[in-house]
Amino acid sequence: MVPLNWYIMLSAIIFIIGAVGFLIRRNILIMLISIELMLNSVNISFVAFSHYLQDLRGQIFVFFIITVAAAEAAIGLAILVSLFRNKVAIQTDQVTEMKG
Amino acid sequence: MNMPFPNLAPVTPEIILSIAAMLLLLMELVFKNKGVLALAGLIAVAVTLYVLPSSFGTTFGGMFISDSYSMYFKLIFMINLALTILLSLKYLQREKAECGEYYSLLLFATTGMMIMASARDFIVLYLGLELMALSTYVLAGIKRNDIKSNEAALKYFLLGAFSSALLLYGISLLYGLTTTTDLYKIAAQLQQSEVSTTLLLSMILIAVAFSFKIAAAPFHMWAPDVYEGAPTSITAFMSVGPKAAGFAVIGRVFYVAFQNVQADWTPILIGIAILTMAVGNILAIAQTNIKRMLAYSSIAHAGYMLVGIIAGTAEGQQAMMTYMLIYAFMNMGAFAVVIMLEKGDEIKDYEGLAKTRPVIAALMLVFMFSLTGIPPTAGFVGKFNIFMAAINAGYVWLVVVAVIFSAISAYYYLRVVMNMYMREPAETAAINPSPSLGLALVISVVMVFVIGIIPSVVIG
Repeated sequence: MVPLNWYIMLSAIIFIIGAVGFLIRRNILIMLISIELMLNSVNISFVAFSHYLQDLRGQIFVFFIITVAAAEAAIGLAILVSLFRNKVAIQTDQVTEMKG
Repeated sequence: MNMPFPNLAPVTPEIILSIAAMLLLLMELVFKNKGVLALAGLIAVAVTLYVLPSSFGTTFGGMFISDSYSMYFKLIFMINLALTILLSLKYLQREKAECGEYYSLLLFATTGMMIMASARDFIVLYLGLELMALSTYVLAGIKRNDIKSNEAALKYFLLGAFSSALLLYGISLLYGLTTTTDLYKIAAQLQQSEVSTTLLLSMILIAVAFSFKIAAAPFHMWAPDVYEGAPTSITAFMSVGPKAAGFAVIGRVFYVAFQNVQADWTPILIGIAILTMAVGNILAIAQTNIKRMLAYSSIAHAGYMLVGIIAGTAEGQQAMMTYMLIYAFMNMGAFAVVIMLEKGDEIKDYEGLAKTRPVIAALMLVFMFSLTGIPPTAGFVGKFNIFMAAINAGYVWLVVVAVIFSAISAYYYLRVVMNMYMREPAETAAINPSPSLGLALVISVVMVFVIGIIPSVVIG
């Protein structure tokens, strides 16, 4: 059986990849993908904990996270589309109407 | 399998509000006049307020709790929603951003806040938070053809989604440590175990995620841009609602789930609070746009309210709640004045307003004095309570820091007053009076004075 530690390490590594990707990439679509990575790393750790602790709560939580992540992606893309209609830009450093 | 039907009495306010939100979506198809939708929204608020006092109890297997704490916050959300609807009515027509979803989304966002305030389990807390956040992202970008509104929505969305990922990672670590997501069971589990690095990490992640929601430094970067770009009525809504909901869950999570490790989270919050007050007050000085200035001011106010949480006593918690209520009235009032003026986004637009529009200038004066914390306005009562609670809990030095920053805040609030009263007007400022906006202003100004003169109406 795969030890719990491995799952936790995997989840932490994916979470860090997602967080770093979100912070250093400037393409909005890549940033959205990074957020998905972070959410799914959380799912891995919830399911791993849930299995090793023999408690179902973690798996129930994962269902909710998946559902909300779908809604979040829909809204994020909708916002991006409405921005794209007014200004053809997909890099965050082109979206700088407001500063200070 | 036999599952008992849950007791729905404690969730009736949320059920009524979400049904009303769905009905509003349908009504949009039938009614061409959007004023009808606003009226229906106000009726929904009234019905919810009517059933609110009778909704005490715990339900859904202890995941949802309706107690006096959540009740108080729900009252703030209702005030916030009602005032926002009043502010929006004419403003949306003027901005040509009228659409039926607007009121529906406002109601959904408020339902999310109410669920957050009542959450006794991290699952419910997360769902409430997302319902609130997703609705608010859309509201910030409701002016679809305005690039600034798009940009505000995008920035709010990206940072909000990032912060909820951090929150979830913190919760998952906490779940691994305690085998539960129930706040009270977490508290019981933490009593036995030592404070480990993992627990500290999860506390930091949760604190950071909530700091995003209340716009506390160093996680405040989104606030000025989003406040400036979003439609002003939504800025008013966002500056009170999500902040109050954020404080409601901070109070619940840190006072219930983490009550046994208070010595470990207090330093984290002290750091955030001092930084928040410093950033909010100092950066506000340099602003020329009044919405940006009010954004930094709302950051500073989050810092003062955190001082109440840091006190760690029931008195501190109550002071924080009172402050939130007072802040709702004075901030909504200030935004109502901004909406009232045809051209009121820049601070220099207020030059000589006292000569051309004396009543509006006087109202703005009251709200600015209240935000500074000058008696006999309500802002003074709020700050006094928070600082007293912190002193009684032994944080005298923190209160000294807070008072110094509060004194700095006088500079940028009173600069608006100086512009209105001591400068010559360039031209007569055009205004957009409407009965609903007038009503919102009257309610705000009356409450600011009533709470300021008779504080016992909100304390105790």
